Formats: sequence, C-alpha cells, structure tokens
Amino acid sequence: MPAPETAVAGAMLIALIGYAVLGGADFGAGVWDLFASGPRRARQRRIISDAIGPIWEANHVWLILVIVILFTGFPRAFAVIMTALHIPVTLMLIGIVLRGTSFVFRAYDSPNDRVQRRWGRVFAISSTLTPVMLGLIVGGISSGKIEVDDGVVTSGWFNAWIDLFALAVGGYTLTLFAFLAAVFLTVEALDEPAVQDDFRRRALAAAVVLGVCALLVGALSVERAPELQDELLQSWWSWPLQGATALVALGALAALVTRRFFLARTLAVGQVALILLGWGLALNPYLVVDDVTIAEAAAPEITLQLLLGGLGAGALVLFPSLYYLFRVFKGQRAFILFDRRGEHRAPSTNADD
Amino acid sequence: MSDLLAARSQMAMSLGFHIIFASIGIAMPLLMVIAEGMWLRTGNATYLKLAKRWAKGTAILFAVGAVSGTVLSFELGLLWPHFMEWAGPLIGMPFSLEGFAFFTEAIFLGIYLYGWERVGRRAHWFAGWMVALSGVLSGIFVVMANAWMNQPTGFDLVDGQPVNIDPVAAMFNPAAFQQTLHMTIAAFLATAFAVAAIHTALLRRDSESDFHRKAIAIALSVGLVAAILQPISGDISARFLADNQPAKLAALEAQWQTEAGASLTLGGIPDEESQTTRFGIEIPYGLSLLAHHDPDAEITGLDAIPADEQPPVAIVHIAFQIMVGIGFTLLGVGLWGAVLAWRRRELPTHPWFQRALMLCGPLGFIAIESGWVVTEVGRQPWVIYGILRTEDAVTDVPNLVVPFVSFTVLYIFLAIATAWLLYRQVVIEPREEERQTAPDTTGEPGYAGS
Repeated sequence: MPAPETAVAGAMLIALIGYAVLGGADFGAGVWDLFASGPRRARQRRIISDAIGPIWEANHVWLILVIVILFTGFPRAFAVIMTALHIPVTLMLIGIVLRGTSFVFRAYDSPNDRVQRRWGRVFAISSTLTPVMLGLIVGGISSGKIEVDDGVVTSGWFNAWIDLFALAVGGYTLTLFAFLAAVFLTVEALDEPAVQDDFRRRALAAAVVLGVCALLVGALSVERAPELQDELLQSWWSWPLQGATALVALGALAALVTRRFFLARTLAVGQVALILLGWGLALNPYLVVDDVTIAEAAAPEITLQLLLGGLGAGALVLFPSLYYLFRVFKGQRAFILFDRRGEHRAPSTNADD
Repeated sequence: MSDLLAARSQMAMSLGFHIIFASIGIAMPLLMVIAEGMWLRTGNATYLKLAKRWAKGTAILFAVGAVSGTVLSFELGLLWPHFMEWAGPLIGMPFSLEGFAFFTEAIFLGIYLYGWERVGRRAHWFAGWMVALSGVLSGIFVVMANAWMNQPTGFDLVDGQPVNIDPVAAMFNPAAFQQTLHMTIAAFLATAFAVAAIHTALLRRDSESDFHRKAIAIALSVGLVAAILQPISGDISARFLADNQPAKLAALEAQWQTEAGASLTLGGIPDEESQTTRFGIEIPYGLSLLAHHDPDAEITGLDAIPADEQPPVAIVHIAFQIMVGIGFTLLGVGLWGAVLAWRRRELPTHPWFQRALMLCGPLGFIAIESGWVVTEVGRQPWVIYGILRTEDAVTDVPNLVVPFVSFTVLYIFLAIATAWLLYRQVVIEPREEERQTAPDTTGEPGYAGS
C-alpha cells in the first residue's frame, strides 16, 4: 500500500487525466469551431456542438474534482498555487465561465441570427484561450520559479507564468487538446466521410504542431525548468515511459494516416494519459517545484483516509453513470477501441431501456 | 477600496450571483419531474410540454450555475488562502462529496435535457429524479461546509492551529442540520413562487391557457408546502443561534442590552452610535418567547460581546427583517391561493390574487439574498466563528479591486444575457410557435418533437 498522501496525489492525477481527456477535448472542439473553414464549415460546427452538447457539463466536473482533492488533501499547495498564480487562474476562470455560458446561450438561442453567431464567436475564442491559461498554470508550478518562504509566496505575482517555458507549455496544452478533439471528431463524423476527412487533416496538422511544441518545451526546460527536466530524463522510469509515449504518439499518427479512426482515438487518449503520467512522476515528490512537497503539504492522515474512502465510494456512483451517459449519446461507438469491419454503426436513436 | 474590502466584495458578489442559479438548479428538477410524472400518469400531453418548457429554462440557468460555482471553488483559494490552509482538511469532506453529487447531477441532466428521444419514458423520468436528488444533495453538502464556519467543531485548538481533527464531526457540526434545512426549503420556496408568478403573468395574457394553469397548480403546490415548512425551520434556526451564536442573534434582532423578558423589535433602523433602534415596533416578551419558548428567558445582548467581535448591526437586522417579512408574505399569498382554490374547486383566477402572486415572483430570491447576508455578515468579523478573523484569512495578492471589478462586469453581462435569453426562449418564442402551430423543426436540444 502506498502512503495515503501518495494515493491521494495519484487520485488527483487520475482526475486531471480525466479532465484533460474529456474536458480538454471539449475545449479543443471549440478551437475547431474557431478554425471551421471550407465548404463544410457549417457541418463541422454542427457536429462539434452535437458532440459536446450533452456531455460537456459532466466533463467539466473533473476539474472540480481536481480542485477539491487539492484543497482537501494538500491545503498548503492549494494556498500557494492560488496565491502565486492568482492572475492566470483568474483568467482561466473567466474563460471557463464564458465558454460554458456562450455554448449554452448559442444552443438555445434562435438559430441563424446575428446574436447567435456572436455567442458562437465567444464560445470559440474562450475555448481557445482557456487551455493556454491552464498550460501557464501547469508550467508555473513545474518551473521551480514559485518560491515559498515559511508559507508565504515570495516570488511575486508574475514571475512564474510570464515566462517562455510556461508560455510554451500553454501552447503545448492548447495543441494537445486541439489534437485530441480533432481525433475524437473523426469518429463523431463517421457518417459523413467528407467532414470526417476535414477533421482527419486537422488532426494530422495538430499532431505536427504538437511535435514542434514538445520540442520547444523540452528545449526551454533545460534552462527554465531544470528540476523537471532532470526528473523527466534521468529517472529509472524515464526511458520506458518516454519510449511508450513516443510509440503511442507515432501509432496515433499512423492510425490517422491509414484511417483507423477508432484506433487513433484509443492511442490519442493513451498519449494524453502517458504525457500527464510522465509529468506527474517528474513533479514527484513536489506539488510546486521545488518548494512544496506532497508530504509537507499533506493534510492529516485521517483527512486523507476519509478522502480516499469518499473518492472510492464516489467512483462507484460516477463510473456507471458516466458509462450510461456515453452509452446513451454516443452508442456502442464510444467504447470501440480499434477498427473492425461492421462496427461503424451510428448510435441507436431507439429507446433502449 | 482596501484589498480586504475588495476580496469580501468579490466573494459576496460571486456568492450572491451563484446562489440564485444554484437555488433554481435545486428546485426546478422537482417541478420538471412532477410535470413529467403527471404526463406519465394521465397521458395528457400538456404536462409533457410543460416539462419540456421548464427543462429548456433549466438548461440555461444550470449552465450559469455550474460555471459560477466553479469560480467559487477557486475563489476559496484565490481570495482566502489562509482560511483554506486552516480549514481545508476539516471541511474538504463535504466538498468532495459535493463533487460527486455535482457529477451525478450534470450527467443525468445531460440525459434529461438531450435524451427525450434516446431513452425510454421511465428511464427519462428516473434521470429527472436523479437530477433532483443530487441537486438537493449538492446544496446540502456545500451548506454543511458553510455551517462549519459558523459552528467550527471536530478539532482541538492548540497554539491557534487545529489538532486531533475529526472531519466527520466537522461535517456534522451542530449548525449543519438547521442551516441545510433552511436553505433547501428556501430554494424550493423562491423558485416555485417565481415560476408561479411568470406563468400567472402569461396566463393573464391568455386566460384560457390550460398550459399555464397546470404550471401554476404545480408550482404553487410546491411553493405552499415550502412556505408552511419555512417558519418552522426558521424557528429551529433562531433557537439554535440563541444558544450557539449569541452575537449573530443579537445583531439580527438588534438586541443591544442583555435582558430577561426581551421584546421583539419588528422593523426599525438600528443606530450603532447610540445603540438604539428607531421606528421599530416592540412586541413585549416576543424575543424571549421566540428564542427560548419562555417569556422570561434571558437574551444575550450586544453589550455582552466585545466591541471588536460584534458584527455590523444595521445591515444584519434590516436583512433579517426583509427575509422574515417575505417569508410570511409568501405564506400568506400561498394560503390565500389555497383557500380560493378550495372554495371554487379550481385554480384561482381572482385578479387581485393574480396581481399579488406576480409581485411574489422576485421576493423569494430577495429573501434568499437577505438570509445569506444575515448568516455571512452576522458572522463577521470572523470567517471561522471565534477562531479565525476574516482579515487574517485574506490573500497577500495586491490590487484585488481589479478581479473584483472584472468579475462584477462579467456577471452583470451574464445576468442581462441570461434574462434576455430566457425572455426570448421561454416567453416570446413559444407564443409564436403556438400561433403558427407548426411542428418544431429546429432540432433544438431538449425541445425535439413536442
């Protein structure tokens, strides 16, 4: 059994992966709304909004889960992050508010009028800026630039995130979400090959940009996030994990090229999970490099144990409900891991209870 | 504006905004499942149409509630990091359970709103019940955490820090029961009367509409039950305060001196300089009776509270008078409606009753805001009652007026946009639809195939 604080940190990482894979893809879909173009522009937008409509609010809750685990399990880390990164967190929140409300306002406003198109713009732009803010926050806590002295943040309010490394992580996060969304959308557009191909090309383009961003983040981390870089490259797990991530990423690319869209989706999800796992392992033992560790930020053991119990009980309700949600709106399609003949069915619109 | 004042203003504004949408999110699902249940039982399509119309409004309001709630969970750290560092391990429990309740709510709301054509009737109704149940639970968990701030328990205080903590005892703190009860009933009360008021306004334009009559019948029934329960819950709260938070009771009743056989002051304007309340109506022995159910009981006055531990009296007293006044007004209008309905064996169309009901529309939410002012401002200067002062909990980040103004502008914009959209979607558009009697071909989510 791992120490309870390690288990709680692990649960937080799983929730963050949940947010990146599901919530992140919803933001990425908004990016493709912004970049919708060509003769099938309207269809692209329609597929995007149909895809995320019933599920974005549930996907958003993963973020709440992350933040609740953080402030219950590691209150000091929560206090430090919210203080040192007050500004990008606030900007991210404004983005989250505008994205969610504009999406619903657009969906429920009268179609085809000017106001509705304006909500669409707000939705697309806030979907694009919010992941950058999230990336700035991730970059900020990874860079080692946040300094804490006796519980007080001493490194100022801008240092940690107005920084080339944090900015590169911001771009990386945005591209990652956009890539993931484009891959998901190829499956959503299964019944419309032309639109599917639009998203396929977008996914491939995003994959290339993602590679460039990864190199940029890596290069900048040498000087600007040395602790993270050391951990990422010199731990016992470094090469197996880096190798696996690279293989999965290349596999996703190959699957897209050969039009195995279900497989591409599975591998893209795996890629995101592995990237975040690597980041989490590299961060360990810190929550904020290198001034707040998991152990010293941890709440008393009784809190951690109750939290773990609560998370376990919650998961028993959450996962069957989530399964049901995706089963209802995406059909069997949501759970197909790789491409086989005869499984490309549209989700059933009949009653199935 | 000092940073402390800016932080308090931002928190107050964010909570004041969220609490309206959260209350609607708690109460609307019940109205929807009642309407849908009536449809399942009677087969009358008007009920189905009603459930769908309400679902449409709920979808818009729920989204605003969800994102403004997210802002709050971050603001706990953005504005009050020292409070969260202190209290996180103690009150994290209800917040993490709230996380899962919110998950359940969001998942089944997705199914309810978008799943009319995708799941069977029973499954759809079940989804509605899940939303209603998890919405109530979400509210209860959050208010439990707030109750702990009023009644901090579950730890030993050693050198200003909590040791031997017991998060379960903190969650089930002594204030939790009365506060969650009062807030939950308030959510149903305010929402039901607002819904009844809107449909009354629409009924007056279209007096033969069976649709609006059914809507009013359902909403007013729920509202009346809540209006009857709320004074009972309020009585429990007042007696609890008398025993546990005397400073707050003294402020909300403007009780300056400690005395036996204290009278109850209705209305009036408290003057903190001269420690008197002008223009109030005094009811002899009233307060002792209410607080302890004994006319001679002693009531702790503000004179027994050190000056630097007293909450602002005027604002708390006035807010309390507004809340209670509205509570009894809604009860009165609800009972009036019940009597009219019983005597005529149909839903009241009495013009004066309709006017009164329409006026009740916003009142419940004004009462919620006032009640929240009573409990939050009445706890000042403490963020954790008797333990941590608000001024010691605030963040070190400077220039907090900037985020305060930013969020205020954002929320004013959202409030206007939401009101305008609801007006267009729930009031204007359906009327045009009914006039044209054309089938709904827009394929809009939540409104397909009515």
